[in-house]
Amino acid sequence: MAAVPKIELTGVRKAFGDNQVLAGVSLSVMPGESLVIIGGSGTGKSVTLKCILGIITPDSGEIRIDGQPIGSIDRRAFLRSFGMLFQGGALFDSLPVWQNVAFRLRQARKPMPRRAARDLAIGKLARVGLGHETADLYPAELSGGMQKRVGLARAIATDPKVIFFDEPTAGLDPIMAGVINDLIRELVTEMGATAITITHDMTTVRTVADQVAMLHGGIVRWHGPVSGIEASGDPYLDQFIHGRAEGPIAAVR
Amino acid sequence: MILLRLVQLFFASIGKSAIGLLRAIGRIAIFTAETVSHLFRPPWYPVELGQQLLRIGYFSLPVVGLTALFTGGALALQIYAGGARFNAETVVPSIVAIGIVRELGPVLGGLMVAGRVSSSIAAEIGTMRVTEQIDALTTLSTNPMKYLVLPRVVAATLAMPVLVLVADIIGIMGGYLVSTARLDFNAGNYIRNTLDFLEPGDVTSGLVKAAAFGFLLALMGCYHGYNSGRGARGVGQATTNAVVSASILILAANYVLTEVFF
Repeated sequence: MAAVPKIELTGVRKAFGDNQVLAGVSLSVMPGESLVIIGGSGTGKSVTLKCILGIITPDSGEIRIDGQPIGSIDRRAFLRSFGMLFQGGALFDSLPVWQNVAFRLRQARKPMPRRAARDLAIGKLARVGLGHETADLYPAELSGGMQKRVGLARAIATDPKVIFFDEPTAGLDPIMAGVINDLIRELVTEMGATAITITHDMTTVRTVADQVAMLHGGIVRWHGPVSGIEASGDPYLDQFIHGRAEGPIAAVR
Repeated sequence: MILLRLVQLFFASIGKSAIGLLRAIGRIAIFTAETVSHLFRPPWYPVELGQQLLRIGYFSLPVVGLTALFTGGALALQIYAGGARFNAETVVPSIVAIGIVRELGPVLGGLMVAGRVSSSIAAEIGTMRVTEQIDALTTLSTNPMKYLVLPRVVAATLAMPVLVLVADIIGIMGGYLVSTARLDFNAGNYIRNTLDFLEPGDVTSGLVKAAAFGFLLALMGCYHGYNSGRGARGVGQATTNAVVSASILILAANYVLTEVFF
């Protein structure tokens, strides 16, 4: 019997006014697999993630989690086993770092006691290379790289089965980007989680991906293993991964 | 032909505005219904509610108190000036009391708190929208309407009557200070006249108005922040819209409630 994909999108369409962002996106991610979605700005990568999360409702098409249509699953249960690193970190300004990391645990129906939650948060911060002294700082007191790592610690706080990373290395220097990429790869491998990463950064693609999907023109232009991107023969993917101005993708969009 | 086209454009613009207004009313009605529905469905966030009570209620005391103090003083002078025209200077304590308690306390208090709180709520929630913190709440299994909107709306609805009660006392005190120091009123008589004249219904009608204004000003702050556009401009626009719509709704609701209690 064929394995059931963890996440599967079929013909997902979404428009904002006259702008057809997704024009029939179909892709699937197997359990424990790391998929990286690449594509130019405004090609609907973030919209795809938000459709899977239910933050945006698609106009048409089907999204399945573990083979079940997303409308019929227990969304709360799905979110309990889910973590996400947002592009800007999306840390809560009014809460200190440890409360950001332990947010889900503290806000659960049976909240984890304060001391245990703090200890767990400090453990997760250590996992992403941050010392316990950062626990009581506020997000505004951290550098961009530290905020990203706190966001990562929050995403993995409950050992999720599914993790999304939205532009994990955007705005970081190459060394910090390398640290974050290695961390993501380690975490995904260790935890056996299913991961979807959105990025423009080809280093991230090569470090993190098992599978790569390229979005262009509202559809999945190319989908295959990361080992195949160099010899794909697809002019769009080729132009994108080599960062060439000339090619089928217009430089001015 | 040109004239016909101009007439068409004129009616089209009116129609477009009317549809836009109806759409906005519909969106606000749905937002309000969703907010109120969360009042009856757990989980609730008492810590958030406590923080908002402190922020909206306690920290608004200075602005509301000062507004009431100066308004009470100015009201005493104006009523004295008007009353003197037909030898009715003695009505100052009673008119100051009724003016502050029934009308100026809740309305000016509501407008001042709208300026302070609606803008702050809209800017805070708008920034959270722009920086994806609201999306992050959703992914962390926390309903943003329950966690962000409901505590603010409930806190403002509970805090405003208390603020207005304090404003009533300070406003009457402002009138008392000006009347006794400047207009040679007898202090004991002034207080006796005020207490004799005021009825419980005067106070309670003002407090009901205050609760309604608190609900409206927090709701407008939350609604505009929650639906904020992108970037600094979007948040700025949301903040402006929150204060303007809260102020207009407070004045409109004041008329409706005054008719009800008339």
